[in-house]
Amino acid sequence: MLPVTLPAPFEAWFAQRGWRLRGHQARMLELAQEGRDALLVAPTGGGKTLAGFLPSLVALAGGERRGLHTLYVSPLKALTVDVGRNLEAPIAEMGLPVRWAARTGDTPQNRRARQRKDPPGILLTTPESLALLLSYEDAATFFGGLEAVILDELHALAESKRGVLLSLALARLRTLAPKARFTGLSATVAEPERLRRWLSPAPERVAVVEGDPGAKPEVGILVPRGYMPWAGHIALYAARDVYGLIRAHRTTLVFVNTRAQAELVFGALWRENREDLAIALHHGSLAPEQRRKVEAAMARGGLRAVVCTSSLDLGIDWGDVDLVVQVGAPKGVSRLLQRIGRANHRLDEPSRAMLIPANRFEVLECMAALEAMEAGTLDAVPPPPGGLDVLAQHITGIACSGPFDADTLYEEVRRAAPYADLAREAFDATLNFVATGGYALQVYERYRRLVQDEDGRWRLTDKKLARQYRMNVGTIVEAPVMRVRLGLRGRRLGEVEEYFVSMLQPGDTFLFAGRLLRFQGIRDNEVIVKTAHGTLDPKVPAYAGGRLPLSSHLAQRVRGMLGSHGNWQRLPAQVREWLEHQEKRSSLPSPDELLVETFARGGRHFLVAYCFAGRNAHQTLGMLLTRRMERAGLRPQGFVASDYNIAVWGLEPAGDVASLFALDMLGDDLEEWMAESSMLKRTFRNGAVVAGLIERRHPGQRKTGRQVTFSADLVYDVLRKYEPDHVLLQAARAEAAYGLTDIRRLADLLAEVQGRIRHVRLSRISPFAVSIIAGIGKEQVGGGDVDRDLEEAVAELVAEAMDETVAA
Amino acid sequence: MAEIRVRGVRLVLEPCGAVWWPERRALLVADLHFEKGSAYARRGALLPPWDTAATLARLEAAVERRAPKLVVSLGDAFHDRHGPASLMDGARTRLAALARGRDWLWLSGNHDPLPPRDLGGEAAAALELDGLHLRHAPGPDVAGEIAGHLHPKARLATSRVRVVRPCFAGDGNRLLLPAFGSFTGGLNALHPAIAGLFPAGFDAWLLGERRVFRVPHARLRPEQALYHTLHEELEHGSE
Repeated sequence: MLPVTLPAPFEAWFAQRGWRLRGHQARMLELAQEGRDALLVAPTGGGKTLAGFLPSLVALAGGERRGLHTLYVSPLKALTVDVGRNLEAPIAEMGLPVRWAARTGDTPQNRRARQRKDPPGILLTTPESLALLLSYEDAATFFGGLEAVILDELHALAESKRGVLLSLALARLRTLAPKARFTGLSATVAEPERLRRWLSPAPERVAVVEGDPGAKPEVGILVPRGYMPWAGHIALYAARDVYGLIRAHRTTLVFVNTRAQAELVFGALWRENREDLAIALHHGSLAPEQRRKVEAAMARGGLRAVVCTSSLDLGIDWGDVDLVVQVGAPKGVSRLLQRIGRANHRLDEPSRAMLIPANRFEVLECMAALEAMEAGTLDAVPPPPGGLDVLAQHITGIACSGPFDADTLYEEVRRAAPYADLAREAFDATLNFVATGGYALQVYERYRRLVQDEDGRWRLTDKKLARQYRMNVGTIVEAPVMRVRLGLRGRRLGEVEEYFVSMLQPGDTFLFAGRLLRFQGIRDNEVIVKTAHGTLDPKVPAYAGGRLPLSSHLAQRVRGMLGSHGNWQRLPAQVREWLEHQEKRSSLPSPDELLVETFARGGRHFLVAYCFAGRNAHQTLGMLLTRRMERAGLRPQGFVASDYNIAVWGLEPAGDVASLFALDMLGDDLEEWMAESSMLKRTFRNGAVVAGLIERRHPGQRKTGRQVTFSADLVYDVLRKYEPDHVLLQAARAEAAYGLTDIRRLADLLAEVQGRIRHVRLSRISPFAVSIIAGIGKEQVGGGDVDRDLEEAVAELVAEAMDETVAA
Repeated sequence: MAEIRVRGVRLVLEPCGAVWWPERRALLVADLHFEKGSAYARRGALLPPWDTAATLARLEAAVERRAPKLVVSLGDAFHDRHGPASLMDGARTRLAALARGRDWLWLSGNHDPLPPRDLGGEAAAALELDGLHLRHAPGPDVAGEIAGHLHPKARLATSRVRVVRPCFAGDGNRLLLPAFGSFTGGLNALHPAIAGLFPAGFDAWLLGERRVFRVPHARLRPEQALYHTLHEELEHGSE
């Protein structure tokens, strides 16, 4: 094998910067020369992106090449911009004859057209834009000469539904561009084997390259001097300490877990901010202009701190962060590492981070995260299955690019990892859905979207269907949102969910974009607000799916920690005492048993179970338990779930706890519940949009998200009744089952603890139960029974009306 | 079920969205929107072709329960003018069977200005009965009226529960029916197009599974965001 040497200009450029070619960079060059696929696994800040692009830059340095050479795909639009900026430096400084361009949803139409006519050497894009490019009739020519495909943040892409769409696009690219080599860039993951298969149908030929591990991060847990809260997730009590940290560092990234929490923490920090330090706010619902401004100020070094959500988890390279603060429990080790990696983007210096638990349970979770980091264990996230809805979208896209043969396409699709086991019947059913809607009743013959020509190839019946497809590409179906504008002709602040707006009355105040705002009304589908003053009790917009679930890996560690007294010495005194009290007054759940407490309080009988299966699983468990209690005559009134435990209450005491938790709960009850639950409906709604049954946008017509929502539910009801085996219902069930992986976790747990349920009868609430009981009233209990909901709503409204009458 | 009076005439509001008029043994339904699925299919969105069957099944159940002497469809029985031709044979037969042995009146709507042909029954623009005016779109005069067209629905929100349901809306002088069709959306009852018909306020009767729930309009929640688009769709149809 030839020793890898850099061409002279590169050598000089590296030297000029005081860099040397790192081992993994050399290896990537070598693999590229051999034309091999590669998976580069390295922590953030390891020069990963450069290592990915270096082979392409070297190959393109000679000039004299036309057409697209390298395709780069990243999960974030912002990342393509950032990577482009970073490419610009070597290209300009070495005077390389390399043209690059970004193509995302933000790229203007005329520039897109130009890119297709005269492709750049390097194209930076997103999965959705790639799908679009593949749907054009000239896709084969456009991608035919492609030599390299670089997939950035592969770990993030591969565990999302967007990744499923991307995997199909890659399978297509392998057909169109047989010469191309595929490179994945990934953070350290629990199961690199899975990424190898994801990258290539021949995983054994994918070389895994390990980047420099970098210096070990220094991570601490900040335990407040004062009183440690028993409940809550926002950690406002620590605002003063966080402010102290910001003061003591050059630039701090303050990560929080939800957008609502970001608003609250930002507000609390500014109340502490006597020195007027430049502290900014960044989250996904803020107006893009505002986000760009914050990012630019950060890049300039003009900010002392940014309070942010996962909007800044990935990629973007800001030099000077010297501290990362995680407010609230980390919920997962992999994400925490990613966040910590945002500090000190230089490999040889350790990243520094501080974790701020919001309550006593979160202290345990933070400790567990530190232990995991020391042990080098990561969260394993099960990959999403290859959904038939995504497949339907892909088949439509392929049809837009030209006629296809079903057998060939089936083989191609199975080269995508999520579809490796796709049955031919499922493929055919999906194809039939795209062609005719897939109904048993063959009444749409004349409205077919695909027909077979004489030689058996499938083709689009109408060009305008291609336009419809292109307006609806992608797998992200968002909750409908509305723009927030400061004054009728003022600037826009960002977006809040329409659902939140529907709960507002004119005059209500809410916290958004770091301001206290007063809702004035709706004008032209925008939320008009003005700045409010004073210390009112503002609402805070919440966003669907905003909550991060606790990873099972971390949950297991927390369970383990409770069981081993030896580790308690590392805990803060207050937390240790809390554990000791729990042990004395009730019991500590050991790793191989399930602790269930029952006690009466305020005329209600409570049952608290410590399953540590994550909030989502506990939500489901709550539904199942209340169903069971109903049957057992315990007259359940409601439940509330956290990541660690679940509390259910009723009017009668639960005697036989073991039978309530019997295993068969997850059999028939679960099936029955799923069939009735809104979860399946929601999943169907998304699938129907992704599959193209319901359009997000129709040429020449704008639909609001809510309308999509509404009609999808009607379609669901009708299909369930008349065509229960329709391919989209199948897809919804499969996806819901994947979403229920938490349930499987719960099933495993229940199986494990059968016969080992420790039921403790208490005369009063236990120390552990405080956190969850305190949450009652803040959580909503969703019901499936329309009449019961209506009855309750009407009763409450009537009571309210009566009160008013009395008062008046 | 709820019993109300419109201009002194006793009417029963049923949870399926129909009105039962005991003295006349008449069943009133509005906005069936048959063949909405195939209307969408014509535009490239292959929605399930089962909506007509689903709507019919509910209509059959209502007719069977009451055995009416007269059935009145208050307009927009078909989603568009292609509707009657798109009807599958099975549905055609079922409709004919329903209309047999009783009076059946198709009032015309804005989606189907022409009365459906060869489906049995009579067609008319409006009907006056015992001082009540039955027609598709509510008119400006309020001397006892029963109409459809607006697809009223109501939103309730309390600290724990949020519900959106199709509803009747009325003030004793005028009654609006919810849309009966399986694929029909709705317009919030607080929208000016509906609320404006009741200057002195109105009650909404929300459809539950087994009964209807009366809520005074002051207790309903608006759905501000959707006024424009939905209202436009109702006014101009979807073509």
